[in-house]
Amino acid sequence: MSKYLLNKFLFTVDRDADLVERYREDSSGLVAWWEETQANRILNVTDGEASTWLGFTDEERGALVAHDHVALFELGAHPFLTLTLFIAMFERDHPEPLSYQKGYGAALAHLSLPYPDIAT
Amino acid sequence: MAQVVAVIASTHHPFYYRASTAVGEERPPFADEWVAKIERFRETLTRARPDVLVMVGSDHFHQLWLDNMPQFLVGKAPTYDANWYNEEREFGLPRFRLDGHEELSSHILRGGLDSGFDLAFSNELRIDHSITCPIITLRPQADLPIVPIYTNIFAPPLPQPKRFVELGRAIRELVESWPSDQRVAIIGTGHLSLELGGPRQFGPHGPDPEFDQRAVQWIANGDLDGCLREVSLDSLHLPGNATHGFMDFMLMMGVAGENAKADHVDSLDLFHTMEAYFTWYPNGAPA
Repeated sequence: MSKYLLNKFLFTVDRDADLVERYREDSSGLVAWWEETQANRILNVTDGEASTWLGFTDEERGALVAHDHVALFELGAHPFLTLTLFIAMFERDHPEPLSYQKGYGAALAHLSLPYPDIAT
Repeated sequence: MAQVVAVIASTHHPFYYRASTAVGEERPPFADEWVAKIERFRETLTRARPDVLVMVGSDHFHQLWLDNMPQFLVGKAPTYDANWYNEEREFGLPRFRLDGHEELSSHILRGGLDSGFDLAFSNELRIDHSITCPIITLRPQADLPIVPIYTNIFAPPLPQPKRFVELGRAIRELVESWPSDQRVAIIGTGHLSLELGGPRQFGPHGPDPEFDQRAVQWIANGDLDGCLREVSLDSLHLPGNATHGFMDFMLMMGVAGENAKADHVDSLDLFHTMEAYFTWYPNGAPA
């Protein structure tokens, strides 16, 4: 399990407007591209000095492809990263103010404390 | 030596800018009361006539990342660009620039390192809404040089709450030992109870109003004993999954001092999270 890599995906997609749109429109294509070309990039290092060992588990990849914020929460992805990116992708489909955010929380209502550990 | 002319602790609500500038049907019903409270709060800083601002906040995964995560970091740069694409996108925050104060940054770094805080530093730091929100609320003309100090309240493992308090005490001592005639305000922002990305988010109040009431009393009375007795890294999960941001308030209690009663205390019960505002005048209230 790689909470770090899930977070790295959420972080690098969220900060790039084009990637946000690609992830919204074609999640399986974007996740496959990202895992192939981006997962092992060290963010402030040149491409020739990439890492060699990072990849998603099937469960992690599936949660990302399914845009499944509940599964990401249960896997220990950082909730702030997930929330911020998912608001960017899907709030536009819910015109009533804060209705997307409220529904997002309601989908997690079955969870009780302690929440899944987010330490990386 | 430099004078600490005001110590200010505040929540940082990224929706304030949009709420306070909205008009007509876009303007939320709570905006006028919120603006009135902020304007009174702003006056507490204005009256202190500061020359430079030490600004304590926490990067929200903008520049600081998990491959190289500092616990406490001091900016030392001549200029700081401010706000990020995803803050424009979600909150409508404007981009702007602030001057730095490299001499005071150097003094805090050197003195901190020499007194037991292995502070990280950054010579090129783009600051986020944890620092720009209090600029917007307290000094919207953005005309004073700053020293930004970032804490990690976000990416566990986190420092212990008592360490935030100790760093706050150290920052106060370091500013007061700075050989300068400048008037310094120390401003820090954090959260009361807060849930982000979990089942308790965006409710009609903060996720734990009872915690919020106790927290306001701890801060207003400088009750570090009571606060440190009840608050731990584990306990902060209970009021809401982003409540570790309260440790920045604890840092500011360390700056203000043991049992220091705040000269200005205000709060506003909003959806999602409670706002709270505190000002201390270490040398007495300005005329």
